[in-house]
Amino acid sequence: MNRRLLPRLLLTPAMATLFLWMIVPLVMTIYFSLIRYNLMQPDQTGFAGLENFEYFVTDPSFGTAVVNTLLLLGSVILITVVAGIAIALLINEPFAGRGIVRVLLISPFFVMPTVNALMWKNMMMNPIYGVLAQVWMFFGAQPVDWLTDYPLFSVIVMVSWQWLPFATLIFMTSLQSMNHEQLEASRMDGANYLQQLRYLYVPHLARSVAVVVMIELIFLLSIFAEIYTTTGGGPGDASTNVTFLIFKQALLNFDAGVASAGALFAVVLANIAAVFLIRMVGKNLDK
Amino acid sequence: MLALRTAAAWAVALLLVFPLAWLFLTAFKTELQAIAVPPLFVFTPTLENFHEVQERSDYLLYAKNSVITSVLSTLVGLMLAAPAAYAMAFFKGKYTKDILMWMLSTKMMPAVGALVPIYVLAQKSHLLDTQLALIIVFALSNLPIMVWMLYSHFKDIPREILEAARMDGATLWQEVRLVLLPLGMGGLASTGLLCLVLSWNEAFWSLNLSAAKAGTLATLIASYSSPEGLFWAKLSAASLMAIAPIVVFGWFSQKQLVQGLTFGAVK
Repeated sequence: MNRRLLPRLLLTPAMATLFLWMIVPLVMTIYFSLIRYNLMQPDQTGFAGLENFEYFVTDPSFGTAVVNTLLLLGSVILITVVAGIAIALLINEPFAGRGIVRVLLISPFFVMPTVNALMWKNMMMNPIYGVLAQVWMFFGAQPVDWLTDYPLFSVIVMVSWQWLPFATLIFMTSLQSMNHEQLEASRMDGANYLQQLRYLYVPHLARSVAVVVMIELIFLLSIFAEIYTTTGGGPGDASTNVTFLIFKQALLNFDAGVASAGALFAVVLANIAAVFLIRMVGKNLDK
Repeated sequence: MLALRTAAAWAVALLLVFPLAWLFLTAFKTELQAIAVPPLFVFTPTLENFHEVQERSDYLLYAKNSVITSVLSTLVGLMLAAPAAYAMAFFKGKYTKDILMWMLSTKMMPAVGALVPIYVLAQKSHLLDTQLALIIVFALSNLPIMVWMLYSHFKDIPREILEAARMDGATLWQEVRLVLLPLGMGGLASTGLLCLVLSWNEAFWSLNLSAAKAGTLATLIASYSSPEGLFWAKLSAASLMAIAPIVVFGWFSQKQLVQGLTFGAVK
């Protein structure tokens, strides 16, 4: 078979479906965002101009949602990268029961977000019967009502717990590919652990940090289930991110027009992030 | 030093897995034991909760939906992704890198951006609350990640082997079956495993596109979030039943999965 035709033939199914998956919703979203389209008020139709955008952006929840989205993203990425590297370094050398520790560490990754959220909300964070409240009381402190007083922080804890294993795994695999002779040589030359960390481990991990950040960004921009099943975005808008705000407009207020305007905004936000990250990882893939 | 390191590693692991262990214990308690102050570590286990979960919300139906949607969407995804990744890895052209980046960028589009259109499309084509809708959506939303993972695996297969096979007059089918499949098996397996886990745990689309008929375990658990009192034991039992299959599966396949989770980050 023709050497130019074959790869195109093989690429086409994936590219065509992905293209449709992207372009059909996008075009429909743009269309919906410009018309009056409320599922509860079918008599109100017609061209809306930029009304929907105006409504979505001037909604007082909007600014909060953007800030919450960024806070959630930034905190979870920071926590998982720093803690992930620390844990990966900790279990890099063989020790008794390393295999079991690895299996234990990876477990939260397999837990579905809805279970994760409900487990933390009830058994861990409940202000009266939750494990954390019991620990607080044991030390004579006043138990904290996490989901009411620190809703966004609570969501950050849940999501970090879920994604820490993923980061740890990638860093762990990366550490195993390190050049042992180089490490040995640096030790001979009298480098201490901190120096090794600074000049050997961290530079070696740069590439996997880029990958972890990119993958987490993809998944964290659309964090939904954890909020849906615990705080419902509240109290007020304290734990509403952009994804949840759009969901509220679409399926709770039945306003598909405003929801679509919001969705377009989310797409723009995601693309700004994507441009930065794809450049970063793209450079890494070249090596 | 080693003793300290061992102790620290075990402490971190036990701390991180504690919520899950607690969930496991709570599933075997009575409702009163579940909210006991101080917390109970020793008690007579009961299986009553599991029985009630099945009675109350037809666990088996949701479990069946989860298995069908995650397995089929993984297979569909692999069938689309593998040829594309093969083409990119072995027929590298001027635009290969751009195509890969474009594919990844489609994953950057948050699912919620497509929510209203996909919902409307599913409604118009009578696919709301069907397994088919979930299979299609899961497969497509995992596709970019699958292509990327497979590409970074295939890239590491020495081209010379494939070229040698071609020189010897192997047809495309022979080349794939005798050379690529055995060498790429590890990549295919770990990609498939990851997608299975992602689809099993997917919550956004299943919450929005499915309900009582095609609902997956993720939606079943969400239905327990309504505050109808403290039924932690039942909630724990339902949760345990929802995550046990994939967690146990994950434990057994973790070595395989970990190998594939590098996304080209490791040389």
